Amino acid sequence: MNTEAKQIIANIRQQLVEVSNKNKVPHLACSLSSVEILYTLYFHIMNIRPEQPDWADRDRFLLGKGHAAAVLYSVLGFRGYFAPEQVMTLGQNGSAFEEHPGKNPPPGVENISGSLGHALGLATGMAKAAKIAGSNAHFYALVGDGELNEGTNWEAAMFAPANGLDNLTVVVDFNKLQGTGRSCEIMQLENMEDKWKAFGWNTSRVDGHNVDALHEVLKADNIVAGKPRAIVADTIKGAGVSFMEDDNNWHYRIPTVEEVDAVAKELGLV
Amino acid sequence: MRNKFAQCLTEIAAEQQDVCLLYADIGNRLFDKLKDVAPERTINAGIAEANMATMASGMATMGLRPFIYTITPFTTARNFEQIKIDLAYADVPVVIVGTGSGLSYANLGPTHHSFEDIALMRILPNMQVVCPADSLELEALMPQMLTVEHPTYLRIGKKNEPLNYDSVPNIKLGKAHVLQEGQRVLLLCCGTALQIGGKLHAQLQEQGISTELTSMHTVKPLDEDYLQKMADYDLVVTLEEHSLIGGFGSAINDWIVDVYEQPVNLLRCGIPDKFIDQLHDPDSARKRIGLTAEDILPKILQRLSKK
Repeated sequence: MNTEAKQIIANIRQQLVEVSNKNKVPHLACSLSSVEILYTLYFHIMNIRPEQPDWADRDRFLLGKGHAAAVLYSVLGFRGYFAPEQVMTLGQNGSAFEEHPGKNPPPGVENISGSLGHALGLATGMAKAAKIAGSNAHFYALVGDGELNEGTNWEAAMFAPANGLDNLTVVVDFNKLQGTGRSCEIMQLENMEDKWKAFGWNTSRVDGHNVDALHEVLKADNIVAGKPRAIVADTIKGAGVSFMEDDNNWHYRIPTVEEVDAVAKELGLV
Repeated sequence: MRNKFAQCLTEIAAEQQDVCLLYADIGNRLFDKLKDVAPERTINAGIAEANMATMASGMATMGLRPFIYTITPFTTARNFEQIKIDLAYADVPVVIVGTGSGLSYANLGPTHHSFEDIALMRILPNMQVVCPADSLELEALMPQMLTVEHPTYLRIGKKNEPLNYDSVPNIKLGKAHVLQEGQRVLLLCCGTALQIGGKLHAQLQEQGISTELTSMHTVKPLDEDYLQKMADYDLVVTLEEHSLIGGFGSAINDWIVDVYEQPVNLLRCGIPDKFIDQLHDPDSARKRIGLTAEDILPKILQRLSKK
């Protein structure tokens, strides 16, 4: 990972912590686990035009775990869809930057989220429609491991390979924690890679915080004709902040001013 | 009605390249002709109704005009949250088709009865609710539904329902359709209950009671202009094959209370607040719950005698 990438990723993390503190927005840890995945998609993989967010032939990103909206907003801001400082209105009355993305979101947000288990189905429907229309766009859905408790994901998981949707990629942010505990103790989630493979997906597993590795598995060369693609990204909830990592209290906790300063030091921003 | 639906959809899909169908593995050969006309746009979504609704939203976002089709409880109640968020809140032009509504599948038991679907759909913002009385009303309304840029719930029966018209009626989405004009009693009929209304109309006319017979095929939005005349009648009767809680009669009652604010002598006829099992067929079911012209006529006469 080059210096510029490191800097952008640090800025995103710092913004997530700052806005959580400023507007008392929870769900910080699950945003932090997705930073490298969204960075890689938006800065290196997806065919998009930030200056023309509604460009018809764009690739689309569908956010599953909608409580991690902050990381999507932040990545979009640093990618040029709007001024990054706009994200600091997140959660305020009247802000388009809602805690869960709504019907009137900021530019670049493609779907309503907040109820779990919708994004993969939406992306699957879009991918099917693109096949009918002969479009070359690609559709990416990010789902959390907790989100995979929802049965609708597995309905889509059976539909997509049966319909040959090789224009569809699901990325699982597998941070091993959900709202109230260890995700693999609450539901039988492993072996995650084998699950997707058994459903007929072209599957790989990757370190979800390694940008180079993510880039490698997400690049178009890895698409197998006729098969949708599932990428299981092993991540750490609260990643990048030593005192938040793998501590599920940060699913809901709001950082103090002192903690915001500590994060800035740890990220090398001060 | 379902055969007419398949026929109309086939004709429309041949003309309109954006129209597509998702069905939850039912219909068997019902959509064979559609498959000939639009093979790529005739999609078996599997027995996975929740994902079917969500996928339809994704497809609509990409510019298609999807219909989703299966048995009513499974296309309205099982996937209600997906309809709320992905179709109603997203406000996309998807038509949700419920087949075998009301008591059409009486013999299949409460799992297949749908007495709550109108209530579920009409509570959702952006959703319009359309309940044709028979195949001919359905034929008239099908193309009109595709002119609306919002989600629609289309409530149909199964097959071989009696017809109320000799030919396709000249009816308009969102507008009440008066079949017989009258002054004392107003029969407002929702969907297949128009059959009951027709019988009641004949019986009341025989007794010299001037009665208006109206098909209210569009439950939402209500035809408020037409309903302005309700206070002029001695009695207004709503007829529906749906629970008395939350359905068409409730919609009329809500409108009277919230908007109309004039006294209306209102008699609501529908399905009582209970599950109904051990049924043989729709006719025996209607007799069991008192939803027949024979059961309703005395109630109307009693109400009129108090006037």
